[in-house]
Amino acid sequence: MRERLLDGVPRRAMAWLAALLAALLAAPWLANDYLLTVLIIILYFAYTGQAWNIMFGFAGQLSLGHAIYVGLGGYAAAALYVHFGIGPWIGLVAAVALGAACGAIIGFLAFRFGVGGVYFAILTIAFAEFARIGFDHFSWVGGSGGLFLPVANYSQSDIWNLRGKPIMFYYVILALTVAAFLLCHVLLRSRVGYYWQAIREDEAAARALGIDTFRYKMYAVVISAGMTSVAGVFFAFYYNNLFPEQVFSIGRSIEIILGPIIGGAGTLAGPIVGAFLLTGLAETMWELLRAVGLDAPGTRQVFYGLVLLVIIIVQPAGVWPWLARLLGLEKPRS
Amino acid sequence: MPSLELVLNVALGGILAGLVYGLMALGLSVIFGVVRVVNFAHGEMMTIAMYLAVTLFAAFGLDPLIMLVPIAAVLFALGYAMQAGLINPFISRPEHSQFMLLVAIALIMTNVLLIVFGPDAQSVQTSYSLDSFLVGPLIVDATKAYAAVAALLVALALFVFFRFTLVGKAIRACADNYVGALVVGLDVKHLYALTFGLGAACVGAAGAMLVLVIDVTPPLGPALTLLAFVIVITGGLGSMPGALLGGVMIGLTEALAGLFFTPSAKSMFSFGLLVLVLLFRPQGILGKKAS
Amino acid sequence: MTALLSIDAVSKRFRGLLAVDNVSFGVAPGSIFAVIGPNGAGKTTLFNIIAGVLVPDQGSITFAGQRVDGLRPDDICRRGIGRTFQLVRPFPALSVEDNVIVGAMLHRPHLTAARAHAHAVLRRLDLFGKRDQLASALTLPDRKRLEVARALATDPKLLLLDEVMAGLRPAETDRMVAILTTLNRETGLTILLIEHVMRAVMALAERVLVLHHGAAIAQGSPDVVVREPAVVESYLGAEAVD
Repeated sequence: MRERLLDGVPRRAMAWLAALLAALLAAPWLANDYLLTVLIIILYFAYTGQAWNIMFGFAGQLSLGHAIYVGLGGYAAAALYVHFGIGPWIGLVAAVALGAACGAIIGFLAFRFGVGGVYFAILTIAFAEFARIGFDHFSWVGGSGGLFLPVANYSQSDIWNLRGKPIMFYYVILALTVAAFLLCHVLLRSRVGYYWQAIREDEAAARALGIDTFRYKMYAVVISAGMTSVAGVFFAFYYNNLFPEQVFSIGRSIEIILGPIIGGAGTLAGPIVGAFLLTGLAETMWELLRAVGLDAPGTRQVFYGLVLLVIIIVQPAGVWPWLARLLGLEKPRS
Repeated sequence: MPSLELVLNVALGGILAGLVYGLMALGLSVIFGVVRVVNFAHGEMMTIAMYLAVTLFAAFGLDPLIMLVPIAAVLFALGYAMQAGLINPFISRPEHSQFMLLVAIALIMTNVLLIVFGPDAQSVQTSYSLDSFLVGPLIVDATKAYAAVAALLVALALFVFFRFTLVGKAIRACADNYVGALVVGLDVKHLYALTFGLGAACVGAAGAMLVLVIDVTPPLGPALTLLAFVIVITGGLGSMPGALLGGVMIGLTEALAGLFFTPSAKSMFSFGLLVLVLLFRPQGILGKKAS
Repeated sequence: MTALLSIDAVSKRFRGLLAVDNVSFGVAPGSIFAVIGPNGAGKTTLFNIIAGVLVPDQGSITFAGQRVDGLRPDDICRRGIGRTFQLVRPFPALSVEDNVIVGAMLHRPHLTAARAHAHAVLRRLDLFGKRDQLASALTLPDRKRLEVARALATDPKLLLLDEVMAGLRPAETDRMVAILTTLNRETGLTILLIEHVMRAVMALAERVLVLHHGAAIAQGSPDVVVREPAVVESYLGAEAVD
């Protein structure tokens, strides 16, 4: 097991990772409240980006409707909590089941009928929009008026019900991000990961090597969807409210993909690097604009769009491969 | 249960609006059919045209239908610049790379509009905004009628252009055979930019028409993009009559769904239709099956 | 001889065109069998039928005693038939080693074992020194050998090679012929190849099938087949003989 995890990882990379992990573990004691909030957002996007990256970066299936899994997961856990008092760790099971099932349906429909590439992306958008409008009319979970979780000012952190101070949420999302990172690392070294990459590169050639591409694409979609639903549970209990218009919106779906694309799709560190870079830059920009009085709604999104544009044109493989070269973390090529 | 008259009125209104949507989708189809780029910023470009019409009307009192040609010309220039400046280098890149480029552009467009115009709905109220005609037992909104006629005229002009002009034929040559066109000496990059410009002009014209019929807000952009895709995929990607047919079908479906169910749920039917088409007849109703 | 692969009266039609016309032949285990003929003769269509990409309209294909016509391409590979593509299809973003590991993982699900097997295959194909290079950085002859290595890593009993010599210079062709001959001799791997390069066909094949307009016009040992008048007239031309 240790060999599977650590085998082949360059020493330098391990050192950097260890340093990063140490910094992140210590962060709440060093950062002020505002910075902690920003870090939570960064880690949230690193996590969802990592989950999305499995579908696209590893298996090559472009999903532009990933917000649907966040929404389904969030609503499932939140509804169970609000209506039946069921805690989020149990609600998690329902959330993941629902998200994975939705992914399975989308994947099955798409792959059985040969819908790929851009058409697949459009299909995912359509499903997300369908969910958005559907939940607007779903009164048991509040409809368009929203679903609210009871908030109380707890001085103690109640981790069982995910009620508490930001520092508790921070460690939860940090744990999730680390787990996602390790999972992706293990997956990439396993048959699943190799087969995914083969499918991404050339599906017909992959089939000629004995790969049941339908099955493996389904794995990618279901795992990615299930993982993203977990983020939905976190989202619901952290923000304490869910509105279909926001949670399922295409803007949210695009936010999810920004980190991995900017950081480097298909790489392990890409989503994390991308999340830090993007949110870090965005917050800095926001502060600057606020000081000058130019912080109109929509500025942040314009900024995201510009960064995405620049990266796609200048460095389409993302920031991480370039950064890795700079830090000397690449494997030697004969 | 609504009366037959009401159903027919709503249906007719849907068909007329559908022709305008069809024109929008026509632009998308033209762009995809020739340049093979999926223009994810299509609806956003239409929203720009709509805001342009609103601004011109508010500032100078100019009727959007009269401003149709200038607005289309502005959008033509925008489309040409986009293709020539940003998109052309991406032709040889993998398709999701192109897609992402346009996602980024769409994101920027929508939010710049939000910053400039704010989130509130804006509209154009002309002297005939509340007029209607009586056609037998049916009531036809004047705005929808004029918009539909304008849409058909623009579509016809486009058809004539591609069929009978030299440039139009050159563009069709590029679409059929990229390398062949290069070999014969056609300036493909210029023709691509021209085509994108034409697609943008369609959207500009459609926007000028649509602003008479519905209000404009920045989030309308992504909604229209999605609608354009639904129409084009339903009617047949790359088929010009298919785009118009798809537009009419979607306009009709949405109008009737709005009548029999709740108006806010009408998009669900369009999406349902999209899913069905993608699964069972991905080339669309009038499209050609990809080899 | 019980043929390892048996093609029985296989036909395939595309709308108006009869691409494969009632073709029958058998490939003996451990032998090297070549299919030759002019362009458009139906060779690649035949290959695609065997490999499961196309379904024959008529006839049957039997491999190791079992019917395989109509199976999916990945099923065919799992049964023991590996194939290469006429226009090579490496996984561009993966290294040479990773490309072959993908193939090796069919029967060796764990990375360590798969990598070890991949290394063995790479050595056989003279690519071990380049194992860390990206597949997209390889020259054409190297890509051709990578294509063979990858298919070989799936432990096939029968290897289908689609114009694997195309685009190679004579020295490279000889190198590939040497590799294939050694492979066949040392492991008993059965090879079915489509080829235009007669130099390779004459050096490798024990039996040859000639296709023309989808139909088999000659079958037999290479020396005999290349002298048959029908073959000379339709494909080789008089200068090619001797």
